[in-house]
Amino acid sequence: MVDISNIPSYPETGRTPPTEMELKLKRQERRGAIIRYTILTVMGLIMLYPLIWMVGASFKTNAEIFSSPWFFPKEPTVQGYIDGWKTSTPYTFGHFFLNSLYIVIPKMIGTAISSVIVAYGFARFEFPGKKILFGILIATLLLPDVVTRIPQYLLFRELGWLDTYLPLFVPQWFAMEAFFVFMLIQFMRSIPRDMEEAARVDGANTLQVLWYIVVPMMRPAIISVCLFVFMWTMNDFLGPLIYISSVENYPVSLALKLSIDATEAFAWNQILAMTVLALTPSLVVFFIAQKYFIDGISTGGVKG
Amino acid sequence: MMGGDNRFLGMAYVSPYIIGLLVFTAFPFLASLYLSFTDYDLLSTPKWVGLDNYERLFTRDRTFDKSLSVTLFYVFMTVPLKLAFALLVAVVLNYKLKAIGFFRTAYYVPSILGGSIAIAVLWRYIFAEAGLVNMMLTGLGFEAVNWFGDPQNAMFTLVLLRCWQFGSAMVIFLAALQSVDKSLYEAAAIDGANKWHVFRYITVPLITPVIFFNLIMQTVQAFQEFNGPYIITNGGPLKSTYLLPMYIYDKAFKSFDMGYASAIAWILFVIIMVLTVVAFWSSKKWVYYAGDKRS
Repeated sequence: MVDISNIPSYPETGRTPPTEMELKLKRQERRGAIIRYTILTVMGLIMLYPLIWMVGASFKTNAEIFSSPWFFPKEPTVQGYIDGWKTSTPYTFGHFFLNSLYIVIPKMIGTAISSVIVAYGFARFEFPGKKILFGILIATLLLPDVVTRIPQYLLFRELGWLDTYLPLFVPQWFAMEAFFVFMLIQFMRSIPRDMEEAARVDGANTLQVLWYIVVPMMRPAIISVCLFVFMWTMNDFLGPLIYISSVENYPVSLALKLSIDATEAFAWNQILAMTVLALTPSLVVFFIAQKYFIDGISTGGVKG
Repeated sequence: MMGGDNRFLGMAYVSPYIIGLLVFTAFPFLASLYLSFTDYDLLSTPKWVGLDNYERLFTRDRTFDKSLSVTLFYVFMTVPLKLAFALLVAVVLNYKLKAIGFFRTAYYVPSILGGSIAIAVLWRYIFAEAGLVNMMLTGLGFEAVNWFGDPQNAMFTLVLLRCWQFGSAMVIFLAALQSVDKSLYEAAAIDGANKWHVFRYITVPLITPVIFFNLIMQTVQAFQEFNGPYIITNGGPLKSTYLLPMYIYDKAFKSFDMGYASAIAWILFVIIMVLTVVAFWSSKKWVYYAGDKRS
């Protein structure tokens, strides 16, 4: 990689001694680097401090939370976690985690399968109306959910799906997240077709080509899709808020909202402990697989 | 594999999307337009009322006026701030830094978590009367601030929350910056251009497609912010953070006034659409695509 800050010192033969000018530029460059690192570090700490404080404070006693803005607990205690886990309902927080899982898993699988199939159709076949349909796909990227939400609710109400998880994942089985379809199309277009054509010549049908050749090559992109679905579903609040009404069926996001309503004004350590727990699955997944997030968002975004 | 009989195969592969599009997008889209001309409380059938809902919204609904103006303020504050910040940090990270991965992760984490309810809850406790920010302020000898009692302060906490999540826009900028042809920088350096000139006349024009993409996506998303006002400020005080999505939610799912809520949703949609069209139209003037003859 060529860096522009190195360019003035060309050519670096190593035989001629550096001139005054070159030394000056070197010094300037080093000073610039120090300034950049300092700013980035300080800013990063400020940005992450709320999260650091949250984790620290969740291990404090309530009295200690209000005594100092410093994050580190003097006498660490897990009382907040014990009390918070019990919740104010007949269920433990574990129950709500399981509920979230019941939404995430069918949604993840359905989104991945349907998006890959649809993207394959767009990327590898010609059919009448393809251009228009692709245009619509891009347009729905920009279509705000707010305009379809009310009739969708009425539709699912008609189907008797209220207070079930179906409204939260069935639409995703029809490749309704345009962002993923688009991302997968971009990815497919970038992989060469030689192997697919060779397999076709050898008598494989298109479904076999998709399953045995395209899908293995698309693995990183498919993993990205699954991870984004996981994250967005764990974060989703409005969907469950509209469709899930009985506490028994609450996912984590609604349970957390319920616990702040029930424990208002006191027991901060309980709330913060549950907030930490609610964020943990997303954080763990992110740190294990952050490469896929960065790659996914870069492919989907840059080539758009 | 582009044979003639394959056209049906192609249709077959995209058919799930076509079905989904019709059932979950096209039908609801048109139905909400229809509902916006009706009075519908879920109990009886929708009753056609013509333009009544819209007339009420534009002439008699003070809450709507307030909600619309705070929504526009919120969007026009957060989108430029967030994008400018994201671009600035991406440019700094694009220097040959040793720990680029570490910083990129640190800045990206807030936007991965930021949309979640947990972060909204955290925000509420950070800005609470006895919360982290006030503890820091008093520790430094300043006076504690009543964040949720004052309209401007309450809005500030929501704007800050959104700007805090600049990471995803930053990652997109960073990828674009790294794909800029390095030989252009070399040429500029030989011509004696300084860093600002290189940024202004080489980097920015080359990444305008990505700036445009981020601008549109961020605008569409900002118009739909719900968690912040719902959890953190509860729309208050004095409706100063009562963004339109929350108003729509209250009308639709608390007072079950589906027709009226649909009318608000359509106004929001039309605003977003007009802004998007203006952006696309203006993009011909400022967005640079490789292979363009314009210099």
